[in-house]
Amino acid sequence: MLLAQVDTQLANLSNYLIYSAMTVYTLAMFAQVFEWTFGAKGGVAVRSAQQSTLAETVAASAEAAKGVRKVTVTVAAQGGGTTTLTRTALADAGATTVTSGRGDGGPADGVGPAGTSEKADLAGRIAVSLTVLGMLLHAASVVARGLSVMRWPWGNMYEFSCAFALMMVGAYVILLATKKNVRWLGLPVTVVALLILGVAVSVLYTDSEQLVPALHSYWLGIHVSTATICGGAFFAAFVATAAYLLKDRYEHRVAAGLTVRAANLMERLPASGTLDKLSYRINAVIFPLWTFTIIAGAIWAEAAWGKYWEWDPKETWSFITWVAYAAYLHARATAGWRGRKAAYLALLAFACWLFNFYGVNIFITGKHSYAGV
Amino acid sequence: MSDTKTSPQPADAAEGPDAERPDAERLDDVERLSTAPEENDAVPAGIGVLGWLRWFWRQLTSMRVALLLLFLLSLAAIPGSLVPQEPNTFKITAWKNAHKGLAPLFEKLQLFDVYSSVWFSAIYILLFVSLAGCILPRTWQFVGVLRAQPPAAPRNLTRMPVYAAWHTDADPAAVNAAAHRLLKKRGFRAAAGSGSVAAEKGYLREVGNLLFHFALFALLAGFAWASLFSGSGTKIVLEGQGYSNTTTQLDDFTGSAFYGVDDLDAFGFKLDGFTADFQTSGPAAGTAKEFVANVRYWEGADTSKQKNAKIEVNHPLEVGGTKVFLTAHGFAPVVTVRNAKDEIVYRGPTVFLPQDSNVTSPGVIKVNDYGTGPDGRKTQLALSGMFLPTAPDDFNETGRPVSVFPAAANPRLVITAYVGDLRTDSGLPQNVYELDDKAMTQLKVNGAPASVPLQVGQGWQLPDGYGSVTFDGYQQWANFTISHRPGNAVALTGAVAAILGLIGSLFVQRRRIWVRAVTAPDGRTLVEVAGLGRSESARTAEELAEIAVELQDDAPAADEPPGPDGPADDAPAAADSPAAAVPTAPETKE
Ligand code: HEM
Repeated sequence: MLLAQVDTQLANLSNYLIYSAMTVYTLAMFAQVFEWTFGAKGGVAVRSAQQSTLAETVAASAEAAKGVRKVTVTVAAQGGGTTTLTRTALADAGATTVTSGRGDGGPADGVGPAGTSEKADLAGRIAVSLTVLGMLLHAASVVARGLSVMRWPWGNMYEFSCAFALMMVGAYVILLATKKNVRWLGLPVTVVALLILGVAVSVLYTDSEQLVPALHSYWLGIHVSTATICGGAFFAAFVATAAYLLKDRYEHRVAAGLTVRAANLMERLPASGTLDKLSYRINAVIFPLWTFTIIAGAIWAEAAWGKYWEWDPKETWSFITWVAYAAYLHARATAGWRGRKAAYLALLAFACWLFNFYGVNIFITGKHSYAGV
Repeated sequence: MSDTKTSPQPADAAEGPDAERPDAERLDDVERLSTAPEENDAVPAGIGVLGWLRWFWRQLTSMRVALLLLFLLSLAAIPGSLVPQEPNTFKITAWKNAHKGLAPLFEKLQLFDVYSSVWFSAIYILLFVSLAGCILPRTWQFVGVLRAQPPAAPRNLTRMPVYAAWHTDADPAAVNAAAHRLLKKRGFRAAAGSGSVAAEKGYLREVGNLLFHFALFALLAGFAWASLFSGSGTKIVLEGQGYSNTTTQLDDFTGSAFYGVDDLDAFGFKLDGFTADFQTSGPAAGTAKEFVANVRYWEGADTSKQKNAKIEVNHPLEVGGTKVFLTAHGFAPVVTVRNAKDEIVYRGPTVFLPQDSNVTSPGVIKVNDYGTGPDGRKTQLALSGMFLPTAPDDFNETGRPVSVFPAAANPRLVITAYVGDLRTDSGLPQNVYELDDKAMTQLKVNGAPASVPLQVGQGWQLPDGYGSVTFDGYQQWANFTISHRPGNAVALTGAVAAILGLIGSLFVQRRRIWVRAVTAPDGRTLVEVAGLGRSESARTAEELAEIAVELQDDAPAADEPPGPDGPADDAPAAADSPAAAVPTAPETKE
């Protein structure tokens, strides 16, 4: 197998693109800060906004004339309250509309960063557009980098960082596109993406080059792609977990009648229960993929080094990360660990993952010497 | 208007055993949606050894201990990533020299061999014992669940996490029959009881969970098999040389309990050529682009049927149950040594081992049969030095000889000579790559050690009339790891099953749905539907709502008589004391 020469023009283009993406993300971040700040003005209106939506639902159901069948399902909520879910079926049209709303159960989801301010909402929309633009530039940079050497663009830590930052932003944009109420994720996601990319371009940067023969394998495409996706998702879950811990504390203090800080921000976040579920879902979805990543790595190691498991530091820390996430899922599924306790476990597992990526590559030498730092 | 509504019911139904419930309420069969064992922490009171053993077993197979062991396992794996591990003796020795005070303690704690240490093994063996103790009963229990009907509707459906009810004028029996049909159509296992229907779906979750945990055993079995029945060795082969798979030919061999030197597969190969290609420009110049070993190999003892093959990094050669991996390469300078009488006493390539990424290679050429020296006494000669595939342009003999590129662009051989006793006949094993200079003296010129950098074709007249050395050229060699590792298929099967099991376990939702249509005291039919999911999920409510809406084809909701709260007023739930239904533990579900 002979490899193509490095196309320096494309490699340079990739660098320009990554800087452009970072600039656009920075602008998006400013727009998001703007959104959060201006949204605060509408903070007082939050409760009444909820009431008005509830009132609308009631009005709508009152309007619903005969012939509309409607079933209200009572759902027991975390913390002992209930929520209701209303389904209506139009008898003649056969159409079913779903109105699901939280009732008098636990705390309600916040209305999002923009509050009820139109100005803030506009800023938020601009931020979303900028994030998407930044993501496109970012993706183009990764593709150009790959094309410059005609291989998968994740052969060293710099490339790997760029790729999983892209995966994280991509996960956020996909959630937005599926109309999930996740605009609040925008600010932490752009901040984390900028941090990852900042470290990547300043500390981890390596010129576009061919890989050592040990990395010439289609397993690079498989093992490292899934590792990249997992990396992005673990970051996203981390953001959700951290937000959960903040919001949960806030809700408890409110319930206990204690003084709270940043109430204005906190009110606009989703309810702690929603955040908790979000972080669990991301972790649970990604755990089988992480398992697959490790197994694919083992198969590759077998082909490259003759043994599928040698307790190389990278393998060891992947294993530690895997066991930590397994413990987290286990704790939730069987030991009844919920809420904060489980969240701390998730943070611990994430710390293992983070160390596996940055720590092991930088501080420990092993066979996975692709770091290039 | 046919709107039906119930007042929200506080619910305290939980979806699994919950060790943290303060009232330690045992869940009845209806609400158990997991075959996870129930926890029982009661310490036995005075039942002797047997009681304690039972208690110990229960502890070991409890979820809490399983969790603890998982933690311990990840914690215990950490030191192995920080301290050098067997079989990397070279690094271990370096570490021991650098940390003289700690080394004996670390040795005692088996920190240089963490993954086969007593304590690491103890943790994972306990974990797997716990797993077996947990998974087998669960399997039986699950088989029982599959053979039984879904549990009949509990008396009080309003206590279920999702619930809906309405009145209809349809006949209760007809409604129940319609519900039974509907649930079956939706893929539920449904059973018609007296006046109610019970249904359950999502058994794949339990199947997946059991499969996943069993697969962990398969992985372990694969590991165990590999470590008991595998062996590997390494061999350096020069271009043009052959190799046949026996221990006498191997440079080293590590076997295992059931794989020794007699078990080596019979085959052999000849290295026709080795090519290495490197990046020649840019900041990563010198980084390898490819390594290829072209070989001809044969199976069994019959060397006549030969096949061509290429061995590359990532592409081992498979012969029978053995794989041949290309793991390193280097150079062997070819020299001719003439003794004091100008007789050729040594000619040929000698393997030098690379010590850096630019293949700066130290090595020793030992001339055992030198004969007699200029003083007429019998002696031996050794040439010790460095082979540089690419010496720097401004290379001079005083600097430390370092190669600047891994391919042979400007090869030099820098050597000094020793005479005396090589001690190869002392009976002690000797490293062929190192010089034992205890009984040798270095040849000197004007009191300083004599050293020359030779280019290909150049010769060197040894001082004091010891003869001459010519650097004729160089050959490449490749290092092969020859490895026999069975059990891979078992481990791989286990791994694949684990992933499939996980997917089932994490993505399938196990849930029960009950429908009960009865004649209410007012003569009308009360339809109640309730659902219970393995984990709190909006999907259970959605599904229940869909079923309720569809069921209205056969049980259309009747108009409610004017009243503040609709039909719930006479739903059985309302009759229950509300206080009894107030949840006791806030953390019961996700
Ligand atoms: C060997 C290490 C183990 C690993 C890596 C592991 C991993 C997991 C994972 C990832 C889950 C989550 C699946 C889900 O959320 O449904 C799970 C669930 C579970 N595990 Fe384990 N486990 C291990 C050992 C054990 C042991 C020793 C026991 C018993 C003492 C056990 C019993 C269970 C049970 C009962 C569940 C939950 C089943 C359910 O949700 O219905 N596991 N395990």
